[in-house]
Amino acid sequence: MAATTAPAARKLPIAKAINESLRAAMEADPKVLVMGEDVGKLGGVFRVTDGLQKDFGEERVIDTPLAESGIVGTAIGMALRGYRPVVEIQFDGFVFPAYDQIVTQLAKMHARALGKVKVPVVIRIPYAGGIGAVEHHSESPEALFAHVAGLKCVSPSNSADAYWMLRQAIECDDPVIFFEPKRRYWEKGEVDPAAIPGPLHQAKVAKEGTALTLAAYGPMVKVCLEAAAAAEEEGNSLEVVDLRSISPIDFDTVQRSVEKTRRLVTVHEAPVFLGSGAEVAARLTERCFYHLEAPVLRVGGFHAPYPPARLEDEYLPGLDRVLDAVDRALAY
Amino acid sequence: MTVESTAAREEARRSGTGGKRAAASGEPSTSRSASPGGGKGRAAQGAGNKQGAAKKKPAAKKAPAKSGKQAKGSAAQPGGDDFVQLLTPEGERVHHPSYDVDLSDEELRGLYRDMVLTRRFDAEATSLQRQGELGLWASLLGQEAAQIGSGRALRTDDYVFPTYREHGVAWCRDVDPTLLLGMFRGVNNGGWDPNTNNFHLYTIVIGSQVLHATGYAMGVAKDGADSAVVAYFGDGASSQGDVAEAFTFASVYNAPVVFFCQNNQWAISEPTDRQTRVPIYRRADGFGFPGVRVDGNDVLACLAVTKAAVERARTGEGPMLIEAFTYRMGAHTTSDDPTRYRTDEEHASWEAKDPIARLRGYLEREGRADEAYFAAVEEESEAMGKHVREAIRTMPDPDTMAIFENVYADGHALVDEERAQFARYLSSFADAPAAGSTQGGH
Ligand SMILES: Cc1ncc(C[n+]2csc(CCOP(=O)(O)OP(=O)(O)O)c2C)c(N)n1
Ligand SMILES: [Mg+2]
Repeated sequence: MAATTAPAARKLPIAKAINESLRAAMEADPKVLVMGEDVGKLGGVFRVTDGLQKDFGEERVIDTPLAESGIVGTAIGMALRGYRPVVEIQFDGFVFPAYDQIVTQLAKMHARALGKVKVPVVIRIPYAGGIGAVEHHSESPEALFAHVAGLKCVSPSNSADAYWMLRQAIECDDPVIFFEPKRRYWEKGEVDPAAIPGPLHQAKVAKEGTALTLAAYGPMVKVCLEAAAAAEEEGNSLEVVDLRSISPIDFDTVQRSVEKTRRLVTVHEAPVFLGSGAEVAARLTERCFYHLEAPVLRVGGFHAPYPPARLEDEYLPGLDRVLDAVDRALAY
Repeated sequence: MTVESTAAREEARRSGTGGKRAAASGEPSTSRSASPGGGKGRAAQGAGNKQGAAKKKPAAKKAPAKSGKQAKGSAAQPGGDDFVQLLTPEGERVHHPSYDVDLSDEELRGLYRDMVLTRRFDAEATSLQRQGELGLWASLLGQEAAQIGSGRALRTDDYVFPTYREHGVAWCRDVDPTLLLGMFRGVNNGGWDPNTNNFHLYTIVIGSQVLHATGYAMGVAKDGADSAVVAYFGDGASSQGDVAEAFTFASVYNAPVVFFCQNNQWAISEPTDRQTRVPIYRRADGFGFPGVRVDGNDVLACLAVTKAAVERARTGEGPMLIEAFTYRMGAHTTSDDPTRYRTDEEHASWEAKDPIARLRGYLEREGRADEAYFAAVEEESEAMGKHVREAIRTMPDPDTMAIFENVYADGHALVDEERAQFARYLSSFADAPAAGSTQGGH
């Protein structure tokens, strides 16, 4: 895509990279709108939309009533009218009043209209835990969306991806659920607005290795990179694949990695049971059965409600839980 | 538990409605000018009067008479009958044609004490958050009258469904204040048995509890009990589909529920005009039950109107919407920075309407409380602050394995398996001390 203005590469926190991405998208296309609770004057509770209303006006950066079904439902209507709404859901746990609109309407409208209409709505959701919040502010519901045909689901792990993947999501003619790893909002990374990004749904090898592949996305990529560094000290070379996209999943990239390393561990914060890791495990077992030296292991959340903040360090898969699975896989 | 179905209560309910629950849809209003409280001259019950007004005629099903003009967002202000006020900001006792209370000195002093202690508890919690003892706090500062007035209108068998800010109502329900801190400290996601005090858990997902209150009230009615149910919610919540659906259900089934909306003018950074173009209380009109706007900083008015609404519910007259017009004096929560979206002038204008100062002014002027009384309340509030500080510092962290507790009432094989695996995993650190503390990765 041709960025209208291409400022120099800079180090930006993820939240700011998303802000810049929205800004660039709004500059490039007058049909791009931002909608949500507190996104205007306040700039969002995480300040991700800071300054956008001041620069683009209340017609394009819209403080909505407190009604998620209304937000998504009207975004669908605006998309039908030719706009490209980028909707913010304030926290993961608050998307559910809109779940009906997303599942029964947004996901299926293109198919029902025989392809004649497009609903290019982007739904940004700050998700996952690690910020010590009260309940409904720390959940990882991505599987509930990835399971629905018609939706695309992505989650960046770093600033450059946050910037480019959001721009690509906005340009995409399909609805995209954009999961933002909120505990990483303040982590900085280089963003080059003049770069040429790879495809939105392509996974990336975040670190090369030989003994085992860790497949993760969003907030857990950093944990996996740390686990890989720790394993390195013990003489084990781990490869880390950043999936970036949860629907579709780039199984080819994972397959190439696993054919080399012969072992795979999937990692996400969401509960393991029926999670995206289960899908990766099943597909990769099918594709790489004769390459695998160990069963694909999964690390993730438990089949229990997200716990109160004082237990989240125990609940969340951290370095030790990842390395425990690595040890078990290497022991085969 | 809570639902009483004694013959006496059934009788009371029947006599209030003529057997069938009232409010057939489309039924014309019986009296256009009748107020939802039961019309002019209806003597409201004094605080502490627990008797239902069983023999009363059903009230009008229309919203209160509109005083002439079509109200815009700013209508129903002090002065008109559409705005129930019994105590002016200056602490002067005034009267309203439809709502009143007749309280003893002791009862008046009790309301004062409730508000002071609630405010003190709230301030203590805010400072505990600053000290890192709580992860978050949602302050009720400025909303004491709305909460104490409505909370004191209830009987023990009534049931309350709160948001996350109803610390004053919790106080009226005799919930141990330190229990309210657990969720904000991050040691639990609720933390009390709702049926001990008929005070449901705090609800964070905006609007959800309004439907639960309505359903609970439908159950009360089915049981033939004469308890009332109160749903608390905010101006922002009034936009949620759940709230509109609750209004519909309550109206269609004539549920004994009181919708108590604290319009504190803000939903985080969004002013009320982002949610509605008509005053919130007038929404009731379209659903077929009465709505009233009350001075939410006037504890007497909040008590009088809630009492009337609760009596309606008890006697089978169905739901009522109360909009308590008040102000969130503090930030939305301790994470919020209101200087980004509102002015000091607005804040100051509401400071002049402070609920505690006005009741104190009245008590002093009328000689209903003396200096010794105020000093005693002050002393009590110091002691409460100390108690809260001590309680929080000794509040235990939950056990790690609590993650797997109470996920199901009847157990679940996967939970059992994961619990066992996780216990094995944790014990693998036992021989290697210190290794277990590096969890988290952040
Ligand atoms: C369904 C849902 N959406 C968004 C939020 C985030 N949120 C928490 S409080 C709040 C504002 C609530 O305003 P209001 O109903 O007026 O109550 P107040 O906080 O003023 O007491 C918002 C948007 C939420 N908790 N639940
Ligand atoms: Mg509010």
